[in-house]
Amino acid sequence: MEFLSYLISGISLGSVYAIIALGYTMVYGIAKMLNFAHGDVIMIGGYISFCGMMYMGLNGWLALVLAMAVCTVLGIIVEGLAYRPLRQATSLAVLITAIGVSYFLQNSALLIWGATPKVYQPLIPLTNDAGTPNALRLFDGSLSISYISLLTMAACIIIMVGLTLFTANSKMGKAMRACSEDKDAARLMGINVNTTISVTFAIGSALAAVAGVLLCSFNPTLMPTTGSMPGIRAFTAAVFGGIGSIPGAFLGGLLIGVIEAMAKAYISTQLANSVVFAVLIVVLLVRPAGLLGKYVPEKV
Amino acid sequence: MIKNLKPHTKQNIITFLGLAVVWIVVTVLRSQGALGRSTLGLLVPICCYVVMAISLNLTVGIMGELSLGHAGFMGIGAFTGIVVSQSLMRVTSSVPLRLLAAMLVGALFAGIFGFLIGIPVLRLRGDYLAIVTLAFGEIIKELITCLLVGVDENGLHMIFNYKGLKNVEDLNLSEAGQVIIKGAQGATGTQTIATFNAGMLLIFVTLFIILHTIYSRTGRAIMAIRDNRIAAESVGIDITKHKMIAFVMSAAMAGSAGALYGLNYSNLVAAKFDFNTSILVLVFVVLGGLGNMRGSIIAAVLLYVLPEALRGMHDYRMLIYAVILIVVMLTTNSPAAKNFFGRFRFGKKGGAEE
Repeated sequence: MEFLSYLISGISLGSVYAIIALGYTMVYGIAKMLNFAHGDVIMIGGYISFCGMMYMGLNGWLALVLAMAVCTVLGIIVEGLAYRPLRQATSLAVLITAIGVSYFLQNSALLIWGATPKVYQPLIPLTNDAGTPNALRLFDGSLSISYISLLTMAACIIIMVGLTLFTANSKMGKAMRACSEDKDAARLMGINVNTTISVTFAIGSALAAVAGVLLCSFNPTLMPTTGSMPGIRAFTAAVFGGIGSIPGAFLGGLLIGVIEAMAKAYISTQLANSVVFAVLIVVLLVRPAGLLGKYVPEKV
Repeated sequence: MIKNLKPHTKQNIITFLGLAVVWIVVTVLRSQGALGRSTLGLLVPICCYVVMAISLNLTVGIMGELSLGHAGFMGIGAFTGIVVSQSLMRVTSSVPLRLLAAMLVGALFAGIFGFLIGIPVLRLRGDYLAIVTLAFGEIIKELITCLLVGVDENGLHMIFNYKGLKNVEDLNLSEAGQVIIKGAQGATGTQTIATFNAGMLLIFVTLFIILHTIYSRTGRAIMAIRDNRIAAESVGIDITKHKMIAFVMSAAMAGSAGALYGLNYSNLVAAKFDFNTSILVLVFVVLGGLGNMRGSIIAAVLLYVLPEALRGMHDYRMLIYAVILIVVMLTTNSPAAKNFFGRFRFGKKGGAEE
């Protein structure tokens, strides 16, 4: 029973990583860039929804919509101002710019909201008014799954399925796949590459906002650096599953979450990160393109 | 005589002369007491970061692989350096000797780890290689956090405290013993023996070794692999061997820089050598110009001093730093900006990138 509860907490944490990793992997698949600022968009999403609830009196769900809207606009602006001019530049130049954007977002948040952690109101309160936990009780109460965990897992599955259908069937989704394969050929076919990349960033940032709200519901302290470690974890998850692959990001996120929870429970809390990274290294050695990544042989 | 030198030799002589001038100027200013306390405190870290930048440039610029875990090697160097220096206190009182031993052992350990990490890492390519170096950097940081090390007359005592249940009493030190590394609290009570002169000397030595390697047969092979791996392989260059040489050299130099850095502070935690430090050094390398050692040195000095110089702006300084970083990257890399600035440079010679 203990094992099951660790497993469930791992899966729900992994679901948050998976949502972030989905955004990461979409942006990587199309723009071929490591967007290190993605973690900070999560943090901005958390703060916006926090402000929505505290200062504008919105309920949690409206605050979530507000955060998604603001992050979508933020993603489009960042892409247009910082990344679009560097479309032809080397990937390292784009990487450093992304790091600059990350510093910029973190320090803007520091100036606006201050360094003291904010206490976040979870989307679904952990206990109800009567003081009993808001959780699904199984096996006569020996296993309890909080509603927020269930919501996170459901959100993660819905988003994964939605994105898969979107990229497979819609016109914009097809344009995205075309751009990720060959931008010049896509342009010749009449696809507006810049718009496609903007839409990708918009989707990625909206997902980051969702992830931000869910992450803060689990771990209700909000600081300007809240997003950086989950950002790196999600990046690891995306690579783990094969970067650029949507089911891969989903699988990678879940596995990273479960491995982290198990390592914390059975090996050592101090070395939880190391265990996650060690598994990643082993996986990459056996499958150099990640679990579900496509290995493209080199043409000579 | 100068005319007969190869162009790159001339450039290298200019770099070394420039460094020597800086060394002399700073020494004179220090003896005159013209430098404030805060500036004096920056001298050793600047030297360390310069060495970090040129060593990372060997991996990123010359070998052409992105490494996001360079600070891990610095951390290994720092903590082995501290252990060596503190243990040798019982053997010798000579500070330069201890400093030299610390840097050499730091370099040796970082080099060994570089080799061990290089075996799996160098099989991968591109972004996958980058994420694995990031992973190793974080693993090294966490492993150091679990270490308890102490020394007494019987030698070194070491515990790997991965459950977090043990404390310094478990080291069984004698009365005269001293705890060197206290797990998550890091190294405390280190005697700070790092000096600016040692730092400049380290820069000279590492720069000499790197430049010497780059223009040797090995260096040309490494650059050939970077430019076209398949072509290099087809003319008989051993890819793994040459990549490993560059990676281990880079790690060892970062280790010696770390040893110097560690001996500059009486308290040092392993969390200092995290992903952000690796990124900081990577920013120096990219802004200075990939493969350009002089650029790395200048960028490391300027960018390390910039946040300190902006200290008067209080909370806005890192924001300004971020804006400067983005603007510099945009102006130096975007085609539109290049055209715009190109109009003002009629007689300019083509740069290295053309």
